[in-house]
Amino acid sequence: MVGIVIVSHSERLAESVVDLTKMMADGANIAAAGGLEDGTFGTSYERIKAAVDAVYSEDGVIVLMDMGSAVMTTEMVLEEYDDSRIRMVDAPLVESAVVASVSAMCGSDLETILEEIEEAKGEPKF
Amino acid sequence: MTDQKKVVEILLSVYKVLDENKEFLTDLDNVIGDGDHGINMARGFAEIEKQADALVGKDIGNILKTVGMTLVSKVGGSSGPLYGTAFMKAGMTIGAKTEIDMNDFLGALEVAIEGVKARGKSTTGEKTMLDAMVPALDAMKAAAADDADTKAIFDAGIKAAEAGVEYTKEIIATKGRASYVGERSIGHQDPGATSFTLILTEISKAY
Repeated sequence: MVGIVIVSHSERLAESVVDLTKMMADGANIAAAGGLEDGTFGTSYERIKAAVDAVYSEDGVIVLMDMGSAVMTTEMVLEEYDDSRIRMVDAPLVESAVVASVSAMCGSDLETILEEIEEAKGEPKF
Repeated sequence: MTDQKKVVEILLSVYKVLDENKEFLTDLDNVIGDGDHGINMARGFAEIEKQADALVGKDIGNILKTVGMTLVSKVGGSSGPLYGTAFMKAGMTIGAKTEIDMNDFLGALEVAIEGVKARGKSTTGEKTMLDAMVPALDAMKAAAADDADTKAIFDAGIKAAEAGVEYTKEIIATKGRASYVGERSIGHQDPGATSFTLILTEISKAY
């Protein structure tokens, strides 16, 4: 199953997004990487790496981020892996997490989930 | 010429000046950003201080790469990946040298700036550290081309960086967290441009 990583400046936000996906996709291969080790706001290189390692398989990993340093730090983690099966996606965090976790649970492959996230990006909320 | 020992001494004095200014930088960041710049930079360089003894034994490229990696993993805000990339790129450029001169420094700074631009997908005029870095490098290169001495080259760079910080007060932030503040960012100087100017000034004091 494709793995999913939620990167946020906030530990609680990242964990809550993971929890929220369980409403529709309990059992998805998803990990949170939020906040800094000392409990303050920020993005931790080590936490992102640990989360990617936790959900990694040959099926690939999708990384979703909130903003700013979450994006840049994720970029640096991915540069270190240099693995085309680990992909970061520019999309709304909550919606994409739900789309990706449901699709991954249904057995979609990496490219399919990426396309579904792209499609969902264009969906207005109302 | 500057050897490994002196590079590490300079890094320690940079830590000292960032630590002394952490409230100042954080206050600047509170107004237009997320209020973590000073604390983050001080935390990153505090880790470097802990590694100082081990750093002296490495070549200068490796010292700078280690500093970069430490900033990436310990800072936690945007200054981590940005300054981290800058130091890592500078380290790659300098490589296995155990002594560097002004030409090496300027070459490394140039590559570091390119790294910051690529990492932040940014350029000058967006109210970022680049608004101090780019004019500082240009002024230092011009002074070096005029055969100025080390002190005069640094002075030219610091003067340009300070002017760059003043310029960030006049412009609207279009990158980073400050872009959410939009027009309200006018009148406030950029914390990243300010920290770069502090660092450059501190480096110059070693000469």
